[in-house]
Amino acid sequence: MSNTSSTSSATMDTDLTAATEAVKTHEREIADAKTKAIANKPSMGHWWKEMGWRHVVGILMTIYAVFPIVFAINLALIPNATSLAGSSKLFQVISLENFRHLWNETSFPNWLVNTLIVGTITAIGTVLMGGAAAYAFSRFRFTGRRVTLTSLLVIQMFPQMLAFVAIFLLVRALGNVFPFLGMNSLWQMICIYLGGALGVNTFLMYGFFNTVPKEIDEAAKIDGATHAQIFWTIVLRLVAPILAVVALLSFISSFGEYILAKVVLQLPDSQTLAVGLYGFTSDPQTKYWGYFAAGSVIAAAPVMALFLYLQKYIVSGLTVGAVKG
Amino acid sequence: MSDQSAAVAAEAAQELAATKYTSHARTWSPGFIAKLILMAMVTAGCVYGVFMAIAAESWVIAGVSVLILAILLYVYFSKKAIPAKYLVPGMIFLFIFQIYVMGYTAFVAFTNQGGAHSADKEDAIVMLQQYNLKADPSGGSYTYSIFDDGGDYSVAIVNSDGDALVGSDGEAFTPTDNAEISNGKVTKLDGNDPVSPPNNATSWEIPLSEDDPSQGVLKIVTLNNAQVYQSSLSYDEATDTMTNTETGTVYHDNGEGSYESDSGETLSPGWWVMVGFDNFTTLFTDSTMSKGFLDSLWWTFAFAFLSVATTFFFGLILAIVFNHPHIRGQKIYRVLLILPYAFPGFMTPLIWKAMMNTDFGFINQTLFGGATIGWLDGPWIAKFSILFVNLWLGYPYMFLVTTGALQSLPGDILESAKVDGASTFQTFKAITLPLVFVACAPLLISSFAFNFNNFTLIYMLTGGGPNPVSNPNVPGQTDILISMVYKVSGLDGSGQQNYGLATALSIIIFVLVGLISIYSFRRTRSLEDMG
Repeated sequence: MSNTSSTSSATMDTDLTAATEAVKTHEREIADAKTKAIANKPSMGHWWKEMGWRHVVGILMTIYAVFPIVFAINLALIPNATSLAGSSKLFQVISLENFRHLWNETSFPNWLVNTLIVGTITAIGTVLMGGAAAYAFSRFRFTGRRVTLTSLLVIQMFPQMLAFVAIFLLVRALGNVFPFLGMNSLWQMICIYLGGALGVNTFLMYGFFNTVPKEIDEAAKIDGATHAQIFWTIVLRLVAPILAVVALLSFISSFGEYILAKVVLQLPDSQTLAVGLYGFTSDPQTKYWGYFAAGSVIAAAPVMALFLYLQKYIVSGLTVGAVKG
Repeated sequence: MSDQSAAVAAEAAQELAATKYTSHARTWSPGFIAKLILMAMVTAGCVYGVFMAIAAESWVIAGVSVLILAILLYVYFSKKAIPAKYLVPGMIFLFIFQIYVMGYTAFVAFTNQGGAHSADKEDAIVMLQQYNLKADPSGGSYTYSIFDDGGDYSVAIVNSDGDALVGSDGEAFTPTDNAEISNGKVTKLDGNDPVSPPNNATSWEIPLSEDDPSQGVLKIVTLNNAQVYQSSLSYDEATDTMTNTETGTVYHDNGEGSYESDSGETLSPGWWVMVGFDNFTTLFTDSTMSKGFLDSLWWTFAFAFLSVATTFFFGLILAIVFNHPHIRGQKIYRVLLILPYAFPGFMTPLIWKAMMNTDFGFINQTLFGGATIGWLDGPWIAKFSILFVNLWLGYPYMFLVTTGALQSLPGDILESAKVDGASTFQTFKAITLPLVFVACAPLLISSFAFNFNNFTLIYMLTGGGPNPVSNPNVPGQTDILISMVYKVSGLDGSGQQNYGLATALSIIIFVLVGLISIYSFRRTRSLEDMG
């Protein structure tokens, strides 16, 4: 407080204000000092112990995580397509020759189109069939429901690719009757992937369908909606996020599937990216690493972009069950 | 969720109120018309399938097509069976391409199907006679002419009576009136001029008579000359023997899917027969095969276990490092760290293979200053390299799931541990690790099951090599069971095809996967009780 006793009320008021101001300033100074003290107190040492090393780990890990991808880009830009010589010096030469050759002189454009056709139709089919099955399990109580659910749970443990020899023999036999479903047929490939779809995705979707309150269906039913209308116009819209995740996971898994695609698609022009690109690196005479890398860069970019864009949903899907194929 | 649901529900209710739907099965609504069109297409497809199958005498496929059609028609035009309307499409695919092929795998495992035994006996007899054609001097030779009928080639000859005959590959000669003949050669057929023989002309076999196979077939030998060929094997149905008409050797059915002479010579191709447990016995008793099998068996388990262990601990450590509430750039780190997970799985091993190249690879040249370490060449170092590459592939997934688990840890337990004076390591060992482990256990088991059959990684990175023997059917030193199946099956085109042995091995994998799953079910339940 002010030290001089007041003479008039007017001066006293002024004094009081000034005093309060002074106190406030002082308090602010103390607060500032405290913050500074907290920030600086243990100086760099403490910051290092608490935070700094985490960033060092982060930077090292980033290099580890990103480097192979950078290396793939580097390899794609080196014009020497048939050898790895010179690939260890990064970005010494930059040329788009590999991309040009790949596009004009190999079956790469076919592979890209085939992969897109197979991946997209399989994804749509998987979502529709898996969604329909999940709807039936979630909304209807029928005889054999538990048995079917349990059987699906058992079946999904055995990956379809274990039966690739039998699938090969089946496709060969089917091809004798229906040439369009025989060897080298993309339609047959889609059918095979759809055969593995229900087992893998039904549970993921079933769990999600159960989170949509049944009261909504019942209200719609009272208003006169049929089961089909409830499915197409209400339930499917409400579970849209899981449909997107399942579609993406299905696309990624048919995108990367090798063994069944290799067994069924034997003509170069009928193959998918996984089979075709692997072929570049496994030719017994010449290994076309440059073409492989260029193809990988083209093919991986959209998939990675999509994956990162939807990563939030995928992560939530992952915790339900391990689903990357 | 609830806001959104309410909105959608309200919207749907309004639509319904406006249109007053009863049931689209009884009105000509767009949905019903769409269903009719779809069903018409499916029916047409199935009927077409039945006819095709009958034409090809494939009774099983015909039967299955009829069955599918019957099920679809019943399910979609019945007013009951509502759940079935939603289940049937997926179930049909599931039955054919998952359940049936698994059953068929088990069946093939008890046969000797493979490259040398692919057909049934009837077809094998026909093939044996076709494959062993010999020129028959007594049958004579013909001057032929070839005519192109829009890509379909036909061959015309003149017989000893001076009549023109026309036939084509696989189709017997029949007389024709539309040919012009000069100098014992057909010069015009249906008004067309002859063409020169196409490249595959020498592979054609044209039966001389449709009804009497003993007359042999005509094969094109030179530019002008076609020769009569007869099979050097004759089949005697009564005794079920094949006789070589030149040497007189008699071949008997040896019961193992081949005709065998008394001296032990077999004719190829054979046909497939049931062989009981022979394939399984081979896996355990044949010296090269059983060594390869047992080696890949233990390596499969070791690989799957070590893959899960390394990726889990690496992921968990990273999750702990980046789980600090005040760390800057957490989101950016997170995105960068999961990049390997977003990178298409089949490309990763190949990129690493390029980096691990002995002479020019980045790792040897730049990181090891020009060393020539054969990262994928020795049995042990190749195994190490596989685990190292799988660490890159697998840690982001573990990082994501352990981060999730860490964030859901109860804060009060950690707090009280701190108050009680536990060190960071003690807290980690006694609290964090067990709790995260319990939370992630189901995912760890499914990760184990996934790696147990991680064909892509092994096949793309090492191809199962290094190979102790040069036989392409014998597993290499980094082959896991599933990649061994692929090798043994011979479907990669490098070795002898042996579907029976390959499927027998698949059955063993099925059993192992089944056991892991049973264990997983029990374990998960008990862990949940614990938690």
